[in-house]
Amino acid sequence: MAHRIINWIDHRFPLSSFVKHELTGYPTPRNLSYWWNFGFLAGFVLVLQVATGIFLAMHYKADIAMSFDSIQHIMRDVNYGWLLRYMHAVGASAFFFVIFVHMARTLYYGSFRAPRELMWWTGQVLLLMLMATAFMGYLLPWGQMSFWGATVITNLFRATPFIGDQVVVWLRGDYMVGDATLTRFFALHYLFPFLIIGAVVIHLVALHTVKSSNPSGINLADKDNIPFHPYFTIKDLYGLGLFLIVYSVFVFFIPDSLIEPANNIPANPMQTPNHIVPEWYFLPFYAILRSVPNLVGGVVAMALSVMIFAFMPFLDRSRIPGGAHYRPIYKLQFYLFLLDMLVLGYVGYVPPTSQTLIIGQIATLCYFGSFFLVPFISKAEERWLMKRGLPLEVKELIEKESHDKEMRKRKPLRRKEGTV
Amino acid sequence: MGNETLSDGDRRDFLIKLTSVVGGAGVAATCVPFVASMNPSSDVLAKAETEVDLTDIPAGGMRTVAWQGKPVFILRRTPEEIQAAQSSNGIIDPEPDSKRVQKPEWLVVIGVCTHMGCVPNKEGPGWTCHCHGSQYDDSGRVVRGPAPHNLEVPPYHFVAENKIVIGKA
Ligand code: HEM
Ligand code: FES
Repeated sequence: MAHRIINWIDHRFPLSSFVKHELTGYPTPRNLSYWWNFGFLAGFVLVLQVATGIFLAMHYKADIAMSFDSIQHIMRDVNYGWLLRYMHAVGASAFFFVIFVHMARTLYYGSFRAPRELMWWTGQVLLLMLMATAFMGYLLPWGQMSFWGATVITNLFRATPFIGDQVVVWLRGDYMVGDATLTRFFALHYLFPFLIIGAVVIHLVALHTVKSSNPSGINLADKDNIPFHPYFTIKDLYGLGLFLIVYSVFVFFIPDSLIEPANNIPANPMQTPNHIVPEWYFLPFYAILRSVPNLVGGVVAMALSVMIFAFMPFLDRSRIPGGAHYRPIYKLQFYLFLLDMLVLGYVGYVPPTSQTLIIGQIATLCYFGSFFLVPFISKAEERWLMKRGLPLEVKELIEKESHDKEMRKRKPLRRKEGTV
Repeated sequence: MGNETLSDGDRRDFLIKLTSVVGGAGVAATCVPFVASMNPSSDVLAKAETEVDLTDIPAGGMRTVAWQGKPVFILRRTPEEIQAAQSSNGIIDPEPDSKRVQKPEWLVVIGVCTHMGCVPNKEGPGWTCHCHGSQYDDSGRVVRGPAPHNLEVPPYHFVAENKIVIGKA
């Protein structure tokens, strides 16, 4: 019976072939490590956020007179409301954690390089949309941190040339963050995750065109690929189990560790808390904002600090295949960059003093410096590695790549049939 | 219509361009109401004026009132405070005290830090903003950054000896 139904559908819609090509039979490099689990985890957390969010929205009220109390109502009266809210609040942090690891993996293994530039850029768009979604969601509980976070960040749009003040009022729908702001943030907070789902589809179509990278950094021959199912379904599920253990520890035992205490006080437009901090995932960028003494400069630096990742495919000029594993200097640079991120995160967290200001400014310079230096360092490293002597296979690979590139320039690429 | 007119390439090109321009203008015009709907609505604009009775503010005391949802500080300055405010012009954004008050006794400023919009706290003489450490004097002038400008003076006028309306000069 089931067979006949599937047959009936296959006559009218490419169901079986789609499942076979893109899901179960999708050819996957056999050597993927656990760092390749994080894309799947990001997708999982996205589903989790949408599910918990929709059920929260059934009880939440987007009205400044009611929203703070409606969160209390969810926490106290709604059946398992506390669970939904904690899952959603912790889920936002989990989402950023997973995405940051996913990006670090891509940087480390050089997976942003040709032919995966479009994957890197759609990923960059996803990061921006995720940031916007989380920022707007954070206003919804209408606590002190919600209110002042939204006030400070909407105020940044004053840096828009000529019409800065009007832009801020337009964004808020009021002279201050108010009821109009809350309502529109809720509407957009509901919308954006679905735009994210659309962008994820584009991300995946690009993935299935260029195929997964792998720890060796070399595109494996077909014989080294294995079908996604059951090998990677099971690997992803195992990783998911580990992830869920950590996630559950946060949800059930320390849910408040990620919620600022000040956000349990209702928003008060007449009184700023003594110390406003953004959520942890914004701290490094916030530190860069604060390190520049001028408003416009700070806003530009902060925007650039997020967007600069998009330039990586152009900045990395090395032709050595493989990731940081085979590139000692790039590897060093990668770890120094992570360290710099941590320093910035710390500086963004503590109340500003003249000392942290200087540390923040140095760390900001290092942040941008490490990007600007990539073209020179990667080229010098390539020369050094070549002089030191590369294995014959690698040399052949580099020659083949540059040969292919020449050929592509001469006549436009025609994709081989059957490699969809 | 003759066959030549139908296959006239220039005519086709022109019509395609014209249609695109008219269609584009239509789309742009349709966006206007959507964008405008996000600007403050009439009821938000209606709270543009606030009347404040000043009688119960003691000398040296401060009151915070809401105007357009923003905090406005009303400070009744003592003769010493007035003298201190008049003796300097501020440092970062110089402006004489006389330009910032209508009656020296009453300082009316918007309590929104010109850096990123936090509400400064009244501390000692003047205000301190805890967000990034800006300081303002008893004339609302910035004396320590990162704030770039003095606290803004809202439009207001005295309707009686002890009553002001904020929102209209
Ligand atoms: C990309 C996925 C999403 C992210 C990263 C995200 C993030 C957030 C964050 C950070 C908060 C504040 C949490 C708190 O402190 O309580 C929040 C609240 C909220 N979100 Fe989402 N969200 C997402 C998707 C959704 C979706 C699809 C809905 C569906 C309507 C939704 C509905 C809500 C509601 C009703 C609240 C207020 C209740 C609360 O604060 O717990 N969210 N969201
Ligand atoms: S907002 Fe007041 S110092 Fe930054």
